[in-house]
Amino acid sequence: MTSQVTPLAGYLLVAALLFSIGLAGALTRRNAILVLIGIELMLNAANLNLIAFWRYGPHPEALTGMMFAIFSIAVAAAEAAVGLGLVIQIYRHAKTTDLDQMNRMKG
Amino acid sequence: MSFVFYILATLTVAGALAAVLLKNTVHCALALTVAFAGLALLFLNLDAQFAGFAQILVYIGAVAILVVFAILLTKGSDTPADGVFSRTWLAGLAIAAAVFAVLGWAVIQTANLLPNSAPTPTVSVQQIGQALVGRYVLPLEIVAVLLTAAMIGAVIIAMHEKDGAPK
Repeated sequence: MTSQVTPLAGYLLVAALLFSIGLAGALTRRNAILVLIGIELMLNAANLNLIAFWRYGPHPEALTGMMFAIFSIAVAAAEAAVGLGLVIQIYRHAKTTDLDQMNRMKG
Repeated sequence: MSFVFYILATLTVAGALAAVLLKNTVHCALALTVAFAGLALLFLNLDAQFAGFAQILVYIGAVAILVVFAILLTKGSDTPADGVFSRTWLAGLAIAAAVFAVLGWAVIQTANLLPNSAPTPTVSVQQIGQALVGRYVLPLEIVAVLLTAAMIGAVIIAMHEKDGAPK
C-alpha cells in the first residue's frame, strides 16, 4: 500500500484522519473547551485539504486554495475567541464546563 | 511519498489523538499545540510557506494560548470523578469512525484519478499580498470586519457583570 499511495492521496488521508479525530473529540468529551479543541482540529483538517489541492491542482499560481486556507484560518481564530468567551461566561453562570450538566436553556 | 511526510503525519496525528484522549485538560492543550505545529510543518512540506507561518502565528501563538487561558480561568484542569467522556461516547465514536470510513473510502477509490505530481509552485509573499489587495480585496475587508466584530463580541460576552448592573 505504501508504494501505491500518491502524495495527494496521502495528505487527503491524513486530513480525513484528523477530521475524524476532531469529530470524535467534539462528540465524546464532556468538557466544553475540549469540544472546542475538537472543532479546531476539524477546521485544520479542512485547511490541510485546501492546501494539498492547491499544491497538486492545475493552477497553483492562481492562489485560490491558498487564499481559501488563509481566510479560513482568520475565521477560525475569530470563532475560537468567541467560543472561549462563551465558555468562560457559562462557567461564571453555571460554575461548570461539563456539557452533561448543561441540560437546560433557562438561566 | 517521502520519508519526511510520514514523520510529520505521524507527529500530527499523534498530537491530535493525545489532544482528544488525555485526561488532564492542560495536557490536551499542549498536545493540541503539537498537532498545530505538525500541521504547520505539513504546510511547509507542501511549499505553502505563507500558510505555514500564518498557521504558527495564529494557532500556536494565539489560539493555543487562548485555550490555555480558558482552561485556567474555568478550573477545567480538574479531572471530573466520573470520567472525561460523555455518557453517549459510544455513539460519538461510531459516528466518527463511520465518517472516517466514508472519507477514506472516497480517497482510496479516487486515488488514481487525482493529480499526483505537479511542478513545485513558486509563489512569493509579494504575489500573495498583491492577490490579497487585488482580486481578493472584498473578502479581506469582510474578514477585517468579522475579526473586529468577533473581538468586540468576545470582550462583551466575557465582561464581568457588576452586581446591580442591567443584564
